[in-house]
Amino acid sequence: MPTKLNPVLIGCSVLVYIFLVGPLIIVVGAALSDTTYLTFPPQGLSLRWFENIFEIAAFRRTIITSLQIALLSTGIALLIGIPAAYALNRYRIQLPGWLSTLFVLPVLVPELVLGFSLLKSVAIGFSAPIFVSLVIGHTLLVLPYVVRVISASLAAFDFSVEEAAISLGSPPLKTFFTIVLPNVRSGVIAAFILAFITSINDVSISIFLTGPGISTLPIQILAHVEQFFDPTIASVSVLLMALTVAVMAVVERTLGLTFLAK
Amino acid sequence: MKRLAGWSLASPATLVVILFLMVPVAATIWTTFSAPNGPFASYVAFFSSGFRRTVLWRTIQVSVLTTAISLVLGFLTAYVVSRAPGWLKSILIIAAVFPLLTGVVVRSFAWLIILGKNGILNGFLVNTGLVAEPLTMLYTQGSVITAMVYLFTPLMILTLVGVLESIPDDLIQASASLGAKPSATFLQVILPLATPGLIVGAVLVFTGSFTSYATPQLLGGESQMVMGTLMYQQAMVTFDWVSASTIAAIMVVITIAIVLVMTRIARRLNPMAV
Repeated sequence: MPTKLNPVLIGCSVLVYIFLVGPLIIVVGAALSDTTYLTFPPQGLSLRWFENIFEIAAFRRTIITSLQIALLSTGIALLIGIPAAYALNRYRIQLPGWLSTLFVLPVLVPELVLGFSLLKSVAIGFSAPIFVSLVIGHTLLVLPYVVRVISASLAAFDFSVEEAAISLGSPPLKTFFTIVLPNVRSGVIAAFILAFITSINDVSISIFLTGPGISTLPIQILAHVEQFFDPTIASVSVLLMALTVAVMAVVERTLGLTFLAK
Repeated sequence: MKRLAGWSLASPATLVVILFLMVPVAATIWTTFSAPNGPFASYVAFFSSGFRRTVLWRTIQVSVLTTAISLVLGFLTAYVVSRAPGWLKSILIIAAVFPLLTGVVVRSFAWLIILGKNGILNGFLVNTGLVAEPLTMLYTQGSVITAMVYLFTPLMILTLVGVLESIPDDLIQASASLGAKPSATFLQVILPLATPGLIVGAVLVFTGSFTSYATPQLLGGESQMVMGTLMYQQAMVTFDWVSASTIAAIMVVITIAIVLVMTRIARRLNPMAV
């Protein structure tokens, strides 16, 4: 028999959920409004604010930059993160314990501090181009997710299967791609998705690294909000929410959403 | 041989973290101690400025209140979610994950629409005659805390659902059948078992609020400056990099100290640990 819940408790949680979901519904409503100001419920339905996004050159540019940076940094993080996660699991006894802590460090260091430090050392110290600095910053931002998620799925992998393949004459690299990687495929997909969405939404690192000519979408949104108060930002927000829905659908397909609750 | 293989596979990621995270951050902290007028001059300057002390104190207040409120809301809700039937539980978890994956800017912007002078809440209050004039809700400590609670409550719910799920129903029923009132069951059974999770959640929310930028920038502006927005202003508007580095160092020290102290406390308080 399941425990009976106090009705007051249930009432409180309903209110909390209204608090969580309500503001996002308001944003969607405001995006669909036919007015030149932000309002809810929408007055007259229109998609013109969505068209407006693509009429503003700054939005077109930053959407493309954000996608490029998210794809590149996620790609690099996977490229260096997968071997690291593999080594941490496969050679746990041979490697020092602090190594796994090292990959958690980017989470411990506040993003603002990382962004500012990269500005000083990489962007100005080495006068790296803005785009390169942004890719470096985002790679560090998403690396912990990649290493952690892939480590979690490698922990469930039985390495004796790999040893069996190698002892039967399969070369190590081929074994990795045909035996190990397919077994942690869902972990790789989840890592990709989480890293991608984290990069797309980042403000705290990018705010220091964007510069004249190159900016990311969230930074452009911040700049736009300070000057205009029209529904354009609401429609951009709806686009980003649509991306979130797509991401959740992929994670649900590959791992089940309860994975994200861990 | 195995050691070499392990190192060579882990080395690219290790090098990236050392070169682009540890060295730059260490350099930032180093500059705060290398001022010409003594190693602690930049800290003396920080703490002797009344304005900066106010900002630090405000940031602590905002973070503590955000943590406390989202702990209460998150705990109540996570308890109901953890006892919900399977299908409903999935829906409730999705409803908490969705805001979490939606960006900080979007979620803060939502509160800009709600709390603005011509915002939805003011529109409602004026139309229903509850107030005569629109209220000033934006750019107050209240608006920053509201948006931060909104930002972090989903994280709290998701952190706590797992912990609360692992408390067996039998335990709660046993407590009740032995005559404990619901309040006693809560205080003596559920709360102690959930404490490690509550601490993890509190650490995540506190450090997140303490170092946040976008939300206080959008909803607090100049009048509600916190450590994050002050650091940005010092670095990018007034170009006082030593001052910005000092704020950065204070943020790093507070973040790491809280994580270390709290995880130690969590380990000690865990009643399941022997």
